[in-house]
Amino acid sequence: MIEFIQLLINGILLGSILALGAVGATMIFGVLRFAHFAHGDLMAIGAYFALTVVTVFNLPVLAALPVAMLLTAGLAVGIDQVVYRRIRRVQPVILLIASFATALVLRSFIQMVWGSSNQVYQTGIQLPWRIGPLTLKPDHLLIFIAATVLVIGVHLFLTRTKMGKAMRAMSDNMNLALVTGIPADRVIMWTWVIGGALAAAAGVFLGMDTRLHPVMGWTLLLPIFAATILGGIGRPYGAILGGLVIGCAMELSTLIIPGSYKPAVAFAIMVVTLIFRPQGIIKGSV
Amino acid sequence: MSLLQASGLYAGYGGVDILRGTNLRVEADEIVVIVGPNGAGKSTAMKAVFGLVPIREGRVEYMGEDITNRPPERMVTRGIAYVPQESNVFPSLTVLENLELGAYALSGDHRPRMEKIFEIFPRLKERRHQQAGVMSGGERQMVAMGRALMVDPHLLMLDEPTAGLSPRLIDETFERIKGINQLGIGVLMVEQNARQALAAADRGYVLATGENRYEDTGPALLANPEVAEMFLGG
Repeated sequence: MIEFIQLLINGILLGSILALGAVGATMIFGVLRFAHFAHGDLMAIGAYFALTVVTVFNLPVLAALPVAMLLTAGLAVGIDQVVYRRIRRVQPVILLIASFATALVLRSFIQMVWGSSNQVYQTGIQLPWRIGPLTLKPDHLLIFIAATVLVIGVHLFLTRTKMGKAMRAMSDNMNLALVTGIPADRVIMWTWVIGGALAAAAGVFLGMDTRLHPVMGWTLLLPIFAATILGGIGRPYGAILGGLVIGCAMELSTLIIPGSYKPAVAFAIMVVTLIFRPQGIIKGSV
Repeated sequence: MSLLQASGLYAGYGGVDILRGTNLRVEADEIVVIVGPNGAGKSTAMKAVFGLVPIREGRVEYMGEDITNRPPERMVTRGIAYVPQESNVFPSLTVLENLELGAYALSGDHRPRMEKIFEIFPRLKERRHQQAGVMSGGERQMVAMGRALMVDPHLLMLDEPTAGLSPRLIDETFERIKGINQLGIGVLMVEQNARQALAAADRGYVLATGENRYEDTGPALLANPEVAEMFLGG
């Protein structure tokens, strides 16, 4: 039982990281209609941006987080302007392949600038809190609180602001958004801002939880896609739910199967979802 | 000066003209209906006027200003609203959000406009927090029209507003369109329910293979034996 609760805590932690990545990926899918394969590497580069801020200005990670989010959002908008915007009118599969290439470019860029070895934000050992038989690292609590704040922020953005509503409208019905006079280019730009910022946050949290390495985001891409599909493609709230479910399932699976099969659990959930409920928990737009 | 004047339109998809010299005119206080057989280019004519289908030749004037091939968002800010035939609401958004987005292109407070729309469609006020996607066909049509009216248009273009509605709702919809028209909004619509539409309209066009065949007042077209035989099913 103790082990179960401990794994559940770890699962919620992993789940909130996945959720942040998945919300961005699902919004990008909703508005632009393609699976963004560079999303994991956007997470990684966000984590490395924070690393630079932490080492250069000697700041705590959470203080570096907003800077990393801002830089990654800018990078995402830049990539869209340079790469994706030109091929938006052609088939979505071309965009998907272009995003795959972008992923490779980003990863190589990370290796070139920051090197390919493992790095951490803070050296030394963080003393975990002991709550009865359970252990909780202070960082874990910080990650959980920060992720919750971000998710609430996204919720408020989507439901209270004109741009957030326009984003949901575009994801709902592209043609109607056009005849309503919603400016597609501005909505697309804001989608990249939100998607990029959330990806950076997910990357930083992942780096805080474990360590930084150039493929850290790429290895998380599968669980993130699994979360978006489980939650209903194009549905931000579904992606949050999907992220938490996948995260918990991955951690809890170690009770019965070896831990190295964790990614396979995400894959299995994705396949089962696609077979039995392809529209996802919350009916997706595809 | 007419509210809308389209003359000699040639337009279509992928180099194939669906419209071949189509002419349309709407005066400020009129309800104008376009009828005709399937594939006549009725919907294409609406889309071409609204900038959704490129016009190869011809000219569209709105209040004397050339608006040929302007992008849809420019049409909206000038006071032209368009309701497509199908999927004309944002299904996962609430009624309130659908209406708010209707006014996206406009600045300023949109609450007075929304109150006006709730007066026309009291049902929408009752159900304003409902997701549009779960509403009935008739209610969705109200949301769609309400969304279009949020820009305070001078010209409202409706593509088959009664498609898929029950006979009772069809009558109700035409009554409501007349009501909207009495607020000083010109209406241009495409209709399959040609008899009822012509009865409600001031003027009508019969379109066939992208060309104007007949143009007359609604009652006159209904009384015209040729039109009745060829286009209204005898």
